[in-house]
Amino acid sequence: MKKRKFGLVLSLALAAGTILGACGNGDKKDEGTAKDGGDKESKFSVAMVTDVGGVDDKSFNQSAWEGLKAFGSENGLEQGKGGYDYLQSKSDADYATNLNKLAREDFSLIFGIGFKLKADVDTIAKQQKDVHFGIIDDVVEQPNVVSVLFKEQEAAFLAGVAAAKTTKTNHIGFIGGMESPVIERFEAGFLAGIQAVNPDIKVDVHYTGAFDKADLGKATAAQMYSSGADVIFHAAGGTGNGLFTEAKDLKKKDPTREVWAIGVDSDQSGEGVVEIDGKEHNVIITSAMKGVSHAVQDISKKAMDGKFPGGETIVYGLAEDGVSLAPINEEVTTKADIETAVKEWTDKIKNGDITVPGTLDELANFKAE
Amino acid sequence: MSSRMKNIIVPILAVLLGIIVGTIIMLITGYDAGAAFIALWDGAFGDIYYTGETIRQVTPYILAGLAVGFAFKTGLFNIGVEGQLIVGWLAAVWVGVAFELPKVIHLPLAVLAAAAAGALWAFIPGLLKAKFRVHEVIVTIMMNYIALHVANYIIRTVLSEKSDRTADVFPSASLRSPFLEGLTDYSRLHWGIIVALICVFIMWFILEKTSRGYELKAVGFNQHASEYAGMSVKSNIILSMVISGAFAGLAGAMEGLGTFGYASIRGGFTGVGFDGIAVALLGGNTPIGIILAAILFGSLKVGALNMPLEAGVPNELVDIIIALIVFFVAASYMIRIFIDRIGKKGAK
Repeated sequence: MKKRKFGLVLSLALAAGTILGACGNGDKKDEGTAKDGGDKESKFSVAMVTDVGGVDDKSFNQSAWEGLKAFGSENGLEQGKGGYDYLQSKSDADYATNLNKLAREDFSLIFGIGFKLKADVDTIAKQQKDVHFGIIDDVVEQPNVVSVLFKEQEAAFLAGVAAAKTTKTNHIGFIGGMESPVIERFEAGFLAGIQAVNPDIKVDVHYTGAFDKADLGKATAAQMYSSGADVIFHAAGGTGNGLFTEAKDLKKKDPTREVWAIGVDSDQSGEGVVEIDGKEHNVIITSAMKGVSHAVQDISKKAMDGKFPGGETIVYGLAEDGVSLAPINEEVTTKADIETAVKEWTDKIKNGDITVPGTLDELANFKAE
Repeated sequence: MSSRMKNIIVPILAVLLGIIVGTIIMLITGYDAGAAFIALWDGAFGDIYYTGETIRQVTPYILAGLAVGFAFKTGLFNIGVEGQLIVGWLAAVWVGVAFELPKVIHLPLAVLAAAAAGALWAFIPGLLKAKFRVHEVIVTIMMNYIALHVANYIIRTVLSEKSDRTADVFPSASLRSPFLEGLTDYSRLHWGIIVALICVFIMWFILEKTSRGYELKAVGFNQHASEYAGMSVKSNIILSMVISGAFAGLAGAMEGLGTFGYASIRGGFTGVGFDGIAVALLGGNTPIGIILAAILFGSLKVGALNMPLEAGVPNELVDIIIALIVFFVAASYMIRIFIDRIGKKGAK
């Protein structure tokens, strides 16, 4: 009797296996033909590995991925092997596996997006000497790695100018992701920009400790707005989306209240739209744009032309069009004022009349005349 | 059907049902399920490199599974494996970067420091449970957050100069091996798997071959009867948590001394500790079952990374399949009834 029951269960399991197996076989054929069509070994291909934010973080990773997509469509590449692609990391342990996987799939150039991938890019570049790598926001000294840095402080400085010209309460907030040299550049530049306009403005600085926690961003923003801040700038990736939600919620509750946010990395104005009684408002003044997209395209292009700048560190600043400030929101009453000020400071930075501080130590000695 | 046989069949059916429902979800959402499973398999075992990475991932899963399983044998639900893992990771790296010693002393010292830190972190909820009847689930969950943020603080202020990671551990404390890396084409496979397998043996030995282990299990079955039989329920609860925490701390040492070789500031949990709950559940809290379940989850996790590139299927789908497997194991009552039904029909 026992045998019979066991047999039934076993046959059930077998049946399931067969069904699955059948699926597998059918699809193998399709895959085979697709492979035959797409295999061209000499072709240039490029890929990137995200940090845990993912390509839909509306910020840093997304900007890099958009750069790759633009590069791909410009040069007739298709998404996938032999063209352009990305792999998303779900934990810190995935970076090495993902980078290695792409190297094994013979991508010509592989970007590690974000300073968290530094150690793994370093290790794997040593092992895979024939593959070219790029690391964004950090420096890896290997002959087959190009390091890409940005002068975030310059864009953040302009954002600070815009914030200082907008605030009515003379109280501004800054939300950072994790404490790191990159975010410190944002913070130092932003504070310097505010100081350049009005040194008496009070600034709250808070680090949430994460780049992917929108709920923390919302809570921090709520606390800052309620304590009197009316402009908040974030450099916190996905965490910053919580800031926009909070700003929009406050605006919905009281449409006359002045609540403003400033975006980061890409032009985030699309995130700030809120509809009140059929009228559209936008709570985002502007965004401190970091041209990850531009840099990724630029380096891919160089690599494709056989001029890969291996071993170099490339710094993209205002003068190189690597960072910039997005257009100012129409709803801000002081828009014209902001634009003149931003223009003035942009020229000063580009001419080298002032050097925007990139660390808090430099900020302590910073004087804008 | 014997209950022993059922204990084996229920997890297997749960895995199959999880995969079947996962397939249905893929088909409904318009993904190529066949290609996805092929990519999953290739991503875990298709190349010696991936096999090395899979074993690397299995290592902490085995230890986390042991931690949850061991506490469960004494009737305790240790949700704090994640936190114990983080303090273990921190302690191992701390010993690893603080000084340089001959490898025969340094490596065991770093590993033992991790076990001790994990044990200490689990001792607190054990003590609170034994002395004041505070529920260990609540305390261990809170201890997870404390571990996360305290570890971040120490890494930032004590172990580095305001940086987001510590220095690499000295080679004398590292579990990494150029031999294993060479064998698996530069995967991060390290000697930790040996430690994990030794721990599996230790768990089996304590529970099955010592009178202390008998007491621990007795407390798990029935506290009142154990107390009546003259066993100290309190000390057994504390001991069980301490041993469980030591296993969890070792899982952290695997990451700190093997996979990464450093500790870094983290915005959230590693997830290994929570996956350990699923590993223990699927493995029926038995040493061999935990090894098998860890292999399954480890290969699912590593293989999943291959799915977007090879098959265009988002790797979140594997999380769904894992969740479904856990669901079906948890709902094993349903499966048992189903098996009994079949049994009855057969008997007629």
